[in-house]
Amino acid sequence: MERLLQLLHEDARRTPAQLAALLGDSEADVRSRIAKYEADGVIRGYQALVNTDLVEEDAVRAVIELRIAPTREEGFDKISNRIGRFSQVESMFLMSGGYDLLLFVKGRNLQEVAKFVSSRLATMDGVLSTATHFMLKTYKDQGVLMENFDDDDRLKVSP
Amino acid sequence: MTTGSKSLRDFISPTVRDLPRSGIRDFFDIVATRDDVISLGIGEPDFTTPWHIREKAIYSLERGATHYTSNLGLAALRRAICAYVASSYKGLAYDWRNEVLVTVGVSEALDAVLRAIIVPGDEIVYHEPCFVAYPSEIKLAGGVPVPVPTRAEDGFRLTREALEAAVTPRTKALLVNFPCNPTGAVLDVATARMIADFVTEHDILLISDEVYSELTYDVERVSPMTIPGIRDRAVFLSGFSKAWAMTGFRLGFVCAPRELVEAAMKIHQYAIMCAPTVCQHAAVEALENGAADTQAMLDSYHARRNFISDAFARMDIPCVRPQGAFYAFPSIVSTGLSSYDFAMGLLDEEAVACVPGNAFGACGEGFVRCSYATGMGQLEEAMARFARFVGRHRK
Repeated sequence: MERLLQLLHEDARRTPAQLAALLGDSEADVRSRIAKYEADGVIRGYQALVNTDLVEEDAVRAVIELRIAPTREEGFDKISNRIGRFSQVESMFLMSGGYDLLLFVKGRNLQEVAKFVSSRLATMDGVLSTATHFMLKTYKDQGVLMENFDDDDRLKVSP
Repeated sequence: MTTGSKSLRDFISPTVRDLPRSGIRDFFDIVATRDDVISLGIGEPDFTTPWHIREKAIYSLERGATHYTSNLGLAALRRAICAYVASSYKGLAYDWRNEVLVTVGVSEALDAVLRAIIVPGDEIVYHEPCFVAYPSEIKLAGGVPVPVPTRAEDGFRLTREALEAAVTPRTKALLVNFPCNPTGAVLDVATARMIADFVTEHDILLISDEVYSELTYDVERVSPMTIPGIRDRAVFLSGFSKAWAMTGFRLGFVCAPRELVEAAMKIHQYAIMCAPTVCQHAAVEALENGAADTQAMLDSYHARRNFISDAFARMDIPCVRPQGAFYAFPSIVSTGLSSYDFAMGLLDEEAVACVPGNAFGACGEGFVRCSYATGMGQLEEAMARFARFVGRHRK
């Protein structure tokens, strides 16, 4: 991955001026490269990484394994596009192995997620089976440990 | 307590009694009393040791690897060190069986080597500003430290003229440290050749402390060790503290021809026995699987180097662009303050700690050392405060 993308991936709040200083490039150059990444869809958005365990919210999250039947010509894409449009689906991946799609789904409570699975997903043409696992605690997300054990305990001055 | 007519002080060897405390130590005691400080005074990575290396240490304990190793170090580690040195230094070859010694940090490595070669009165030439331990380690080994100043106007590079002015019939070795703590200077090919020629022509040893060598920016790493013919009169020192962020593991190594390693090993054997076994297992993991971590840390230091270099340029503070290690060594003469007064003033007025340049040798006066192994947010704030301070005090 290009260095500019790496730096933004680490911390998306870095300003073009900061990025320019870190890269040793001009600010104008950094701005135009970011604009091009956005236009090309390489950068798809900027979000805060929230530890939802520490936030009061009426939400449960589940991981759902789906086995689906591919269709002629479109393969897995047609049904995947239908499923991905549901707002309950936060992330979705085509997988190798024992099932085909892995969904990260959010709902207000257990019943709502269960209902979404039983009424929307399981009944869809081409969906062969579902297996739902509710998430209990987030230890690490997007490469970030939710509890940081690595406090800076260095001496304040050292040779 | 007194014992008869002598005070305890009378029992202490004059060599040790007269040894100055590290200048950094004094400054540390002052900074330690403040808890609101952003410190640019830290000579170690801000990264914690990569997890897979720590996990390997834990695993070695679980397996019960709690015994002595060979005096020279674990065979697996010595083999890994030889493979690393050969691949990183253009085929520089050492025999893992008798040309490698694993030590407790590079400091112990240097101590063992100096004690192995110095006859009292022998002179060791080294360049200043330098790592704070060099002159004291030389004195403790019975030698005479002979500093050669390097100058900002030369990019803190060594010159043949300066070396020739320092060499005498008592000179035993030249000690060099590039990339350099505290200046961030690296070697170019011409200087590396000059160093090799100099030690060969004067028939002295070369000791090359390259603990920062993985942390080189913009340019390819250049080492005097790769100049043909130098290996057989040279001692290569490196360690795991900087590139693998393993300072607390205290692990370094010596690579040298058999006779020299054998001699240093005798001292290591009687003083230390062997480097801690758990740390040696961790170091094998670092060498075998740590390259990606080193690269990620290097990228991060590189970005921060760009930032700090740019920040000093913006405030019109002259600073030789550091190309190695993680230190910048700006000149603060435009403030009219001494290094010490500048560092104390910056601490008092802006709560930023840096190290007075003269802690690294007399010719470091007029400079301060700023470590950029500090979180980016803190570094930005520290540079804003530094600029404010300079603005107030500039003559």
